[in-house]
Amino acid sequence: MSSVSTNLNFFEAKKGIFSWIFSVDHKRIALLYLYSLITFFLVGVTLGLLMRYELLNPGKDLVEAKTYNQIFTLHGVIMIFLFIIPSIPAVFGNFFLPIMLGTDDVSFPRLNLLSWWVYVVGALMALSTLVFGDGPADTGWTFYAPYSVKTGTNVTMSVLAAFVLGFSSILTGLNFIVTIHRLRAPGMTFLKMPLFAWSLYATSWIQLLATPIVGITLLMIAAERLLGVGLFDPSIGGDPILYQHLFWIYSHPAVYIMALPAFGVISEMLPTFSQRTIFGYKAIAFSSLAIAFVGYFIWGHHMFTSGMSGTARFIFSILTFLVAIPTAIKVFNWVATLYKGSINVQPPLLYTLAFIFQFMIGGFTGLVLGALATDIHLHDTYFVVGHFHYVMFGGTGFAFFGALHYWYPKIWGRMYNIKVANVAFTIFFIGFNMLYFPMLIAGLMGMPRRYYDYLPEFHLPNMISTYGSWVLATGLIIMLSNLVAGFFGKKPKVGRNPWNGITLEWQTLSPPPVQNFDRMPVLPQNGPYDFDHKPVIEE
Amino acid sequence: MREQASTFAQGVDFSLYVIAGISVFFLVGITVVMLFFVFRYNKKRNPVATNIEGSHKMEVLWTAIPTLLVMVMFYYGWMGYKPLRNVPAGALEVTAYGQMWKFTFEYPDGRITDSLVVPLGKPVKVNLVSRDVLHSFFIPSFRMKEDMVPGKNNFLWFETTQKGRFDVLCAEYCGQLHSYMLSSVTVLDQHDYEKWLTSSASVADEHPGLSLLKQNACLTCHSQDGSKIIGPSFKGIFGKTETVVTDDAEREIVIDEAYISRSIRQPNADVVKGYMKGLMVSYETVLSEEQIGHITDYIKTLK
Ligand code: HEM
Ligand SMILES: [Cu+2]
Ligand SMILES: [Cu+2]
Repeated sequence: MSSVSTNLNFFEAKKGIFSWIFSVDHKRIALLYLYSLITFFLVGVTLGLLMRYELLNPGKDLVEAKTYNQIFTLHGVIMIFLFIIPSIPAVFGNFFLPIMLGTDDVSFPRLNLLSWWVYVVGALMALSTLVFGDGPADTGWTFYAPYSVKTGTNVTMSVLAAFVLGFSSILTGLNFIVTIHRLRAPGMTFLKMPLFAWSLYATSWIQLLATPIVGITLLMIAAERLLGVGLFDPSIGGDPILYQHLFWIYSHPAVYIMALPAFGVISEMLPTFSQRTIFGYKAIAFSSLAIAFVGYFIWGHHMFTSGMSGTARFIFSILTFLVAIPTAIKVFNWVATLYKGSINVQPPLLYTLAFIFQFMIGGFTGLVLGALATDIHLHDTYFVVGHFHYVMFGGTGFAFFGALHYWYPKIWGRMYNIKVANVAFTIFFIGFNMLYFPMLIAGLMGMPRRYYDYLPEFHLPNMISTYGSWVLATGLIIMLSNLVAGFFGKKPKVGRNPWNGITLEWQTLSPPPVQNFDRMPVLPQNGPYDFDHKPVIEE
Repeated sequence: MREQASTFAQGVDFSLYVIAGISVFFLVGITVVMLFFVFRYNKKRNPVATNIEGSHKMEVLWTAIPTLLVMVMFYYGWMGYKPLRNVPAGALEVTAYGQMWKFTFEYPDGRITDSLVVPLGKPVKVNLVSRDVLHSFFIPSFRMKEDMVPGKNNFLWFETTQKGRFDVLCAEYCGQLHSYMLSSVTVLDQHDYEKWLTSSASVADEHPGLSLLKQNACLTCHSQDGSKIIGPSFKGIFGKTETVVTDDAEREIVIDEAYISRSIRQPNADVVKGYMKGLMVSYETVLSEEQIGHITDYIKTLK
């Protein structure tokens, strides 16, 4: 640990914009990520609301078909590459991984800063498509060839942006792997690490190993567009199915880049708000690794209707079902953690419960899509749109906001208004389900996705969904204003441990000092969630 | 859900009910247990928590049960799907072409239509061909779809179980007017189907050039009334002077027979200023000299 003896918190230590954007302090970098991520999230939400408005009634409501197609593409690109993939690791991983391991920073602080800068450059590249040439890409975030090779919109810039963003993700992954291997506090063996660290460990390996594949694939699209190299477009000798394979070899594991960190924060919040140890620590830790591993071999379930051989469909389907098992194990262990706890119902716990419920819906609808017969009907319909929003937004998104409410007092040293947070949560939760459940129905009825206009028989679910989007937006506005108000407001300072948590971040000051700890952190005797031997912490 | 109008639909719906049934059971069960715990072990009712590290018995149990259940789900999914790959001998073969943003169908006797007509209860195999980008041939009432991939020959087959008219939609995003790429399957009984087969259709009194424009999906992008869709309208273009972009340079040309023929064969050689390159495919191998002549004649009539 560093020898600096001042206890100035990391906000006060230095002032000025440059002390932030060139900071190598993992906590400041985490907040840089947080502010940029939330900004892009709000842009993405606005685009989502525009889409929902357009789909309120059949026929044109707001924009032209081409604009609509550009909107859903930009929405997808922003939400995937700028929001959900970095989300939990880049913000809460950066902030809390070193503290939870009892160390003063990640292994490569400068690389960490670089990854934020790379992220910013990638984000600006993605947004630059708005202002030049023929506008943002209109291909869908998947950039499927050969349309992505033929269209006149700015596909090249969009895929280059995604390529650059990939580096940011790789650097974060690399940094975390090394940090976890090298910088754990003395006495903290792998099996005494908090589960959040375990989940980041599994995630980081996927980031490191899978992201280069999509990087190359996207470069291939750029090469095909700029140089006319026949890779994916059959009219110049390419193979569009090859593109799909390469794309999903990354993008399926990427689903676990989004999901595993969420599993991690859920596994932190449950013990804290139940005031007891997690049920099945090892089962949860190892199932993350199992998911990361099996997740590499199931990409083909995105291609069940592309004309793959029957054998390939059989294998990809059965492997897809296998990945459900470690996920189910986690859910059972989480619920069992509530058993005989002493449960303190606070906003982060509400997000946790909503996460479990919505993630289950995401998972079960995933089983429907993983089965061959049903996927032949539901592939590329609104059922899929509903499914992945349940996973990414109802799951990871809710975990992200739960984590924000959980660690908020630690990061800023103040508490938000809890009553308002509960109200906001309730509206957000209702709005979410009103927005996405009808999409599952529209999909079962046969409404294809990426649809600017639809047949009259799909009207009802679309209408409800659009109303739901307004409810959700209301909840979101209340939630965010409440958080912002808490941080400017006169709320009293909180102490070190407002939730009575047990992991190491709760032993230090709120906000933490620059070097993270003002005194040596003490590990609980038997593992990270040993509430029976919780070290006594004085203010 | 829509009506089940093919034999395949039953297998799909059955596997859906199996999976959804198990899922709803667990979703509701787990949620209720979770909420019960939150209520029962609330800190007011249970001020002191009991630390339970875990239980091997439970872990084995909740690994084994999901494993069993997902294998059951997989099995029904597979069984429901299997028939789709085994086309019965003697099926009627139709080729469906997908093209931005229109389906066309070609029958064994050479007849070309923009919607599919099939006999009730007879197996029909549909060969799926794309002329440009990815499309997907989707019939919700039959619970089936398969992608149309350029350069690859996919297929699906079905046997209908009721008469009627069913929607066909394009399920794979294919550009601007993807959501308007619609068609239908009409199921007739054998008698009506044969009548339809032998009728010489209404094509006869149409200008042959117009029929060709319809069959080849030209009209999804080029209007006949002067409005701009994706490409320039055909109205009044013959003889007109137009600015085109050739190899990045602009030049003026007069639209004549040679220009129209060249635009059909090498659509990206000269692109009218203000329109996007690369969206139209070459019809070099699709349309003959004579057919292009018919089209040109028809365009001349659009004043
Ligand atoms: C207010 C919130 C949101 C609304 C109203 C919304 C709405 C929509 C709608 C209507 C579509 C369907 C586009 C179509 O198929 O035509 C869509 C697509 C998508 N959404 Fe969202 N969404 C929201 C939040 C999110 C979040 C939080 C994520 C990710 C974490 C996300 C990721 C995506 C992705 C990846 C697509 C697919 C884009 C594509 O098809 O290329 N969305 N969204
Ligand atoms: Cu996947
Ligand atoms: Cu299409």
